[in-house]
Amino acid sequence: MKRFWCFFFIFWPTVAVVACWFAPQMNWWFPYNRGSATPLGARIDDLFELILWITTLTFIATQAALVYVLFRGARESGERALFTHGSHNLEVMWTIVPAGILLFIALYQMDVWAEYRIQKNFPTTTAGTPIIDEPIAEVTARQFEWRIRYPAPGRKFDGPADVQRWLREPEPGDLHAVNDLRVPAGQDVLIYLRTQDVQHSFFVPELRVKQDAVPGKVIPIWFHVNNATYDHELGGVAYEWVCAELCGWGHYKMGARLVAANQGDFDEYLKRLAAEQNDDGYRD
Amino acid sequence: MSTLHPIETGAGHGPEGHGHAHHEPGFVRKYVFSTDHKIIGVQFLITTLLMLMVGGFLALAVRWQLAWPWQSMPILGQLFAQEGGQISPEFYTMLFTMHATVMIFLVIIPILAGAFGNFLIPLMIGADDMAFPTLNMLSYWFMWPAIALFMLSFLFGGGPASGWTSYPVLSDIPWAAPGSGTAQTFWLLALTFVGFSSMMGSINYMTTIINMRAPGMTLFRMPLTIWAMLITAILQAFALPVLTAAGFMQLFDRIRIAGLHTCFFFPSGLYINGQEVIHGGGQPLLWQHLFWFYSHPAVYIMLLPAMGMVSDMLSCMARKPVFGYKPMVYSLAAIAGLGFIVWGHHMFTSGMNPALGMTFMVSTIMIALPSAIKTFNWIGTLWGGRLQFNTVLLNCVAFVSLFVVGGLSGIFMAAVPVDIYIHDTYFIVAHFHYILFGATLFGVFGGIFFWFPKMFGRTMNEGLGKLHFALTFIGFNGTFFPMHLLGVAGMPRRYADPYIHPYLEHLLPMNQFMTISAILMGTAQFLLLGNFFYSMFFGPKVGRNPWRANGLEWTAPSPPGHGNFDVAPVVFRGPYEYSSPLVERDYLMQTTYIPPEEGKPHAAPLPVH
Repeated sequence: MKRFWCFFFIFWPTVAVVACWFAPQMNWWFPYNRGSATPLGARIDDLFELILWITTLTFIATQAALVYVLFRGARESGERALFTHGSHNLEVMWTIVPAGILLFIALYQMDVWAEYRIQKNFPTTTAGTPIIDEPIAEVTARQFEWRIRYPAPGRKFDGPADVQRWLREPEPGDLHAVNDLRVPAGQDVLIYLRTQDVQHSFFVPELRVKQDAVPGKVIPIWFHVNNATYDHELGGVAYEWVCAELCGWGHYKMGARLVAANQGDFDEYLKRLAAEQNDDGYRD
Repeated sequence: MSTLHPIETGAGHGPEGHGHAHHEPGFVRKYVFSTDHKIIGVQFLITTLLMLMVGGFLALAVRWQLAWPWQSMPILGQLFAQEGGQISPEFYTMLFTMHATVMIFLVIIPILAGAFGNFLIPLMIGADDMAFPTLNMLSYWFMWPAIALFMLSFLFGGGPASGWTSYPVLSDIPWAAPGSGTAQTFWLLALTFVGFSSMMGSINYMTTIINMRAPGMTLFRMPLTIWAMLITAILQAFALPVLTAAGFMQLFDRIRIAGLHTCFFFPSGLYINGQEVIHGGGQPLLWQHLFWFYSHPAVYIMLLPAMGMVSDMLSCMARKPVFGYKPMVYSLAAIAGLGFIVWGHHMFTSGMNPALGMTFMVSTIMIALPSAIKTFNWIGTLWGGRLQFNTVLLNCVAFVSLFVVGGLSGIFMAAVPVDIYIHDTYFIVAHFHYILFGATLFGVFGGIFFWFPKMFGRTMNEGLGKLHFALTFIGFNGTFFPMHLLGVAGMPRRYADPYIHPYLEHLLPMNQFMTISAILMGTAQFLLLGNFFYSMFFGPKVGRNPWRANGLEWTAPSPPGHGNFDVAPVVFRGPYEYSSPLVERDYLMQTTYIPPEEGKPHAAPLPVH
């Protein structure tokens, strides 16, 4: 029976490791089993994988050690247990080694975070202006939908004060859409996120982008979608965009789509949006 | 110095031996409004076990919806849910909110501090009762207004539904959600009562442990359970006032009594549910900071006592001293200390200053270090032991095995860039269930089996215990391990129906498997309850020290009478001298006096590191 329990405790870590090993094949891994569609996402995935390797090895080692001591302790002979109160050397070793590994993990993460989240590291547009002054759109969350406002086509922002003005007050030429955000592919884009009621969270799993929308705050998010997913005939393959912060009973259904398009298609889209919006419905 | 000759206390003659009719209390004073720490401990234990069933049913309802969305739920659905047992989305938000609330505030915190803390502290340090017995009684009875208010809150708008974290603005503005009205007010009041209860307990525990130790019970001769209880009590005492204050601030935001028009947690200019909020000027993030300043230390409040108990049980069942006693104490203290400066890791994507994210990441990742040290020392304790493969050992080994998973998955969440992706997905749900259920509850199961003989003078059934353990362990891993994969797949938590999003559609079969595992696990708990209540009255009777353990509690009668010990204990050594070469048998109790040998110094070995 003792051996049975040793087997019992080796059984589940084995199943866990095997399940994770085959998870990608079983489609239990990142969405659609694809790599991320953004450079940020690719780096997050790399960091994830690094931690996964370190933790998997630790997991296997500790579970093996645990079962080993169980197995050794299960012997039937009448001998007494080892009388020891510990080992100073072992304590020092298993303090310093994990401390080093953990510190390495922590410091190794810093760059990605600093690059993507600290505002002074935000990139500049091709024209050389800081991207924070060239928003592609403003996204306003509400129960239970996402409202998108693009600046009027051709509207150029004249520095931070002008952006703030635009964020404060809607302008006549603004274009509006709901649950459908289009961004140009292959370049850094920035949106401003806000909410009109409770908290929400902007989460596009395939882009590995997540940011809470906080009442009273307007939060810039920038990302870079590698490839255009938009197709004239098909209307576009979209990235799914959901809400990741509890916002009420309809939290689960706050789905929307984000489409990356070539610059030309993106301009085309805005033009069509403008035409639809300015159409008074009158036909000759 | 300590007296070597035991003193007759006249107290504690066991249940049948009491001849002290002059201070024998009546039934109500003895079993209901009792000031005896042991009765209060058992009251807490039974109450929390019943609440565990309530929380479990709420969890199963959540799992039902995730496996068979919008299909009528059997049994529970007929009672509570609308439309013939179908779970509506607002009912679903209430389910997970109240599942977490019940489990955290009415099960895990009170079962550790309330039940085990109360029962064990005076017995393990050799005191006749707590320092403040009446305060102790109040700490139990303040649970009941909380339970009543939580239950009453179900009657208003379907119950509180903004998550156990109650993030404003959803929880703050009464018309933001059906459950944000009166139900939320009741929830906040109940939370305050739970807080009073915990605070009275922790004041009592600190005072008792500091002041009422038996002669010879130095701090470094205390069992690790007691160290953990002391550190937990300190954590509670320092963190809880912040939550209480935050709770009142939210209460003032919500109720419009004359003059009280506060807006701590919501800014101006909100337009919610078709209605404008006419004032404002506050900050939703303030709540998150205040809430997590309590609730992250609370995670350790929900874990440290179990760590201490498991250390004691493992040592006894391995017939071996705890490996590295002092490192175990220091790492407990380190976890508690670091626990105060990691709260921001709940807020990496919240929009707080990103520079804070980096500091919180480093402190959070470093808290894995004392946890790792503890794990290695537990394995070290088992190493070379003569293991007693009973229910206690199995549950404790499960604790270690599952705590490792919970600790390792924490590193993913702590790393800020990775957290951007897995924040608020099922990955975090997997992580904290591995800690709170996998570690704490398995430790509690072990503790129930271990100290049951002391509580009731009888033992629980071993075969049923093992069956309960095996089923729970299998069901647990079947339910919670796949959640890691759901998290990697990007499935957000708190979704009533995730499958309307195409990228999550294919996860339905996995969720059905998890729900079946959860039902297995839930059903297995009836074995525990049955075993517990049956053995309370009909289990085989045992003597004082059925486990051949060293601690002071095992020198008292089983169950101990009023006043605990028949002779005041005097302590000569730490509690872990198992298999000591000084004596023939494989345990050496803390109270056993060994006369010094000729030419040798007094043999009272302190545990060394």
